[in-house]
Amino acid sequence: MKNYFALGAFLYFCCTFPAQSEGYDVLRHKMVEEVLADIAAEVSYSESSALSPSVVAAMQKVERHLFVPASQTMRAYFNRPLPIGYGQTISQPLIVAMMTDLMQVKDSDKILEIGTGSGYQAAVLAEIVKSVYSIEIIHPLGKQAAERLKSLGYDNVEVRLGDGYYGWPEAAPFDAIIVTAAANHVPPPLLKQLKPGGRMLIPLGMHFMTQYLMLVEKKMDGSVTSRQILPVRFVPFTRKH
Amino acid sequence: MTALRPPFVAIGLLSACVLSYEVLLMRLFSIVLWHHFAYMIISAAMLGYGASGTVLALLKDKIAPHFSLVYVIAAMGVVFMMPLSFLLAQQVPFNPLELLWDKIQLANLLAIYLLMMLPFFCGGFSIGLIFFRFGRDAGRIYAIDILGAGVGSIGVIALLFLVPPSKALIALTTLALLATAIAIVELKLRAKWLIGVFLGLALIVSVMLPDSWLQVHPSAYKDLNQTLNITGAQVIEERSSPLGQITVVKNSLIPFRYAPGMSLNATDEPPAQLGIFVDGNGPSVLTRFDGKLATLAYLDQLTSALPYHVLERPSVLVLGAGAGSDVLQALYHGAVTVDAVELNHNVIDLVQQRFRDFAGNLYNRHGVRVHKAEARGFVNTTYDRRHDLIQVALLDSFSVASAGLYSLSESYLYTVEALHTYLNHLTSGGMLAVTRWLTLPPRDSLKLFATAVSALERDGVSNPAARLVMIRGWKTVTLLVKNSDFTTKEITAIKEFSRTRSFDMAYYPGMRADEANHYNLLEQPYYFDGAVALLSSQRQDFLDRYKFYIEPATDDRPYFFHFFKWNSAGELFAMREQGGMPLIDWSYPLLVTTLVQAFMASALLILTPLAVSRFRRKLPTVWVALYFLSIGLAFMFMEIAFIQKFILFLAHPLYAVAVVLCAFLVFAAMGSWLTGRWQEKTTSRWHVPLAVMLMGVLSLLYLAVLPGLFQALIHFSDLAKITISLLLIAPLGLCMGVPFPTGIMRLACTAQEAIPWAWAINGCASVVGAVLATLLAIHLGFAVVILTATLIYGLACIFLTKLV
Repeated sequence: MKNYFALGAFLYFCCTFPAQSEGYDVLRHKMVEEVLADIAAEVSYSESSALSPSVVAAMQKVERHLFVPASQTMRAYFNRPLPIGYGQTISQPLIVAMMTDLMQVKDSDKILEIGTGSGYQAAVLAEIVKSVYSIEIIHPLGKQAAERLKSLGYDNVEVRLGDGYYGWPEAAPFDAIIVTAAANHVPPPLLKQLKPGGRMLIPLGMHFMTQYLMLVEKKMDGSVTSRQILPVRFVPFTRKH
Repeated sequence: MTALRPPFVAIGLLSACVLSYEVLLMRLFSIVLWHHFAYMIISAAMLGYGASGTVLALLKDKIAPHFSLVYVIAAMGVVFMMPLSFLLAQQVPFNPLELLWDKIQLANLLAIYLLMMLPFFCGGFSIGLIFFRFGRDAGRIYAIDILGAGVGSIGVIALLFLVPPSKALIALTTLALLATAIAIVELKLRAKWLIGVFLGLALIVSVMLPDSWLQVHPSAYKDLNQTLNITGAQVIEERSSPLGQITVVKNSLIPFRYAPGMSLNATDEPPAQLGIFVDGNGPSVLTRFDGKLATLAYLDQLTSALPYHVLERPSVLVLGAGAGSDVLQALYHGAVTVDAVELNHNVIDLVQQRFRDFAGNLYNRHGVRVHKAEARGFVNTTYDRRHDLIQVALLDSFSVASAGLYSLSESYLYTVEALHTYLNHLTSGGMLAVTRWLTLPPRDSLKLFATAVSALERDGVSNPAARLVMIRGWKTVTLLVKNSDFTTKEITAIKEFSRTRSFDMAYYPGMRADEANHYNLLEQPYYFDGAVALLSSQRQDFLDRYKFYIEPATDDRPYFFHFFKWNSAGELFAMREQGGMPLIDWSYPLLVTTLVQAFMASALLILTPLAVSRFRRKLPTVWVALYFLSIGLAFMFMEIAFIQKFILFLAHPLYAVAVVLCAFLVFAAMGSWLTGRWQEKTTSRWHVPLAVMLMGVLSLLYLAVLPGLFQALIHFSDLAKITISLLLIAPLGLCMGVPFPTGIMRLACTAQEAIPWAWAINGCASVVGAVLATLLAIHLGFAVVILTATLIYGLACIFLTKLV
């Protein structure tokens, strides 16, 4: 009896897996459509009101449901942040898309990520750039992400467990750096490891609630400026008529 | 056989337990979640009191023959549900941060409400039962009930100084067991062996229950838990007091490096630090100091270092010194003396004793004096000592501040009157420096700027624009307010300081628009535009048009962190999934939600069971409902508003709440007792109107006189101030103790079956009243809350005449 049950379960899995996978494709496509619509309608973070094609393609390709705990799979393609354990979250797809777009990465770029989390942001970047170096401070989370990225074939992502404050000097300099871990100040070693002309991105706020994004730009002369960017189009006062 | 008497001792103890439990839950849920969710949950839980009256009304006929037994069962319910409800509530996977993303969280919140209602339901049922059975003795029963509550309110504060909250819960459970055992004696139950059982259980609970049994599990998203997930993090010290649970964390592998908003040009790193968390929020840090000032160079790269580039070797007063970061900053910049004011004795002790060597004996260094005091109170009382610089430290954590989680908290640190006091405390040419987190769109910094403008105007300064400077980095904003005009030399120094650190000038006297927004670019130079508008004749127009509430906070409306406006919230809510959600200040809508839920639950708990029950034809008159509704509301209005009025005088939020709350309840108990005696001796119906008239006169008198009186007596010793407070509260409290027992005694003679309803209505009104009082205070101020309470008491007099 037990064997019949196991066989039944196996057959069910075999039959439904492609269908589910296909279902995820549809959901992912809808999610990206939603992100694009949001950006066109309300988002004002950059001059243009559309994502770059490479970011759209990456978002279409990376299977978000494989980066969330099993309990969250059903909600993987909602345009919302989700809990991934250890008090951490996978960012809202809209924010991931915006951050990736703001970094203006190219296929030849080398990126440093501080705060691997689920590995989703690293995977999106890895679809576009040459290599991603990612550091995670919470060991179990970093280990899971490293295994996940490896099993999904992201050979251009390297994950290191430990302190991100000093960056990854052996691989420096980087074309762009993304600091998704909570930052009370920008570590000077990271700024040093950013190439002149490079961009660093830091989301600020609470979990589940990214308040604004900070884009640090290192000019060719080595001087640094930052931009504080609200994800949403919002003017803080009513204009006089 | 002697006639049964009300179980006075048991009622007093039970009442003490229930009120202590309420205070304790505030602590526990502040540790587990965040302050305002704690407030929300407890408000809902207290509705259990109202619900108990309803159930009592429906079951009273069945209960009456078994009154004593039912009382003991209900009291046992308190015993078991106090710890059990909290334990079960902790198992509910409620994540408030997901509340707006995930509807299941609403169901989780509801589950917590229902669980937490249970102990209050049982407590309310026990006391309501006594009122029902011994209604004619209501004066003395109510007196004992609120006397117990009063003693409980102060007792639990004392208890929390001695033991952590989880152990305090065990102590309360033990006390509730004792109360039940005493009830068996007082109610003359036959099953005397139950006394032994309860005493035995009390012994087991108090002595044998392991500490781990009532472990508190904070949300995984609180700062402390996030930190403890990091490899190498370990808790090295824990302290607990009613002011908060302090946790010190060390990480030798991945050290703390706390330098909020450090310049992007900086190359220095902070030395080793220990993280200090209060109720799991933070961190603030305790920085290792080996006496070498060079290691503190990073502190010169923060916006808060600005005043030290204008003033030479100033005498400094740091308000909210915490573990000493701002003291170190002052020492680094050569301050000649530093007075550090910190409220929490545990934090001082960590620096002064436990980690003295690590901190380089900071609080005992030559030139540094540490004062255990509330910041505003300290400045008020030390008018004889002046400083060149007052630094108001950045104490709240960025994440909590950015999520608007403080907006319900009263803060007397940033009001117009506070800034006025600080400015008058400075030496000639001295300045006040306040650093806040940079929030987008700008909120607190512009509100602070508006507050400073008002404070200067109040001081008679004709041109406030000449005395204000504001700079901003990428994460912090620092405002300087000088008590004379800034000189050209000072402005040059300020510009140089900002330029070399890539901080932007947000405002200085004579600033041009093209000087704003250079290093940390915003879409528009919002800070400069805001500052200019606030200094212009168009100020009110700008405040009206601004989409956040940035009008200055005052002592009467001390809600500095309240930025909410309905219009902009609607606009942001419509864009919630596009990133609008985090920009809404959530505390205020949550307070409104709390009020709505209290109204709805009250209707559900009172009206619905009434409407569907077979007793609907025997309904108490509408006047009964209105009377008990109005006195419940008015009592809470008075109590909450006067607690706030006394906080500034007693100069300590915790002691003020403990003393004032206890005094109100104890004097109200005396008033209630006297009412009972009076009722026995006379048939006069004038004592409620008399009490209300006296209350009205006293309230108006206090509103007019207290500010001046408090200012004149502020430098008295704590003992003298407490005595004065008690004397002031006594007549008010006595009068407030009259209406409730009068109403119950009246019902006991005319309509005893209405007593449970009266109890239910009064219970619900108390909950609604507490929330409504805060909302009214936010919008209209505490003075209006007091006047409204007087008015409602006046209406209650009219309702009383119709009560028969």
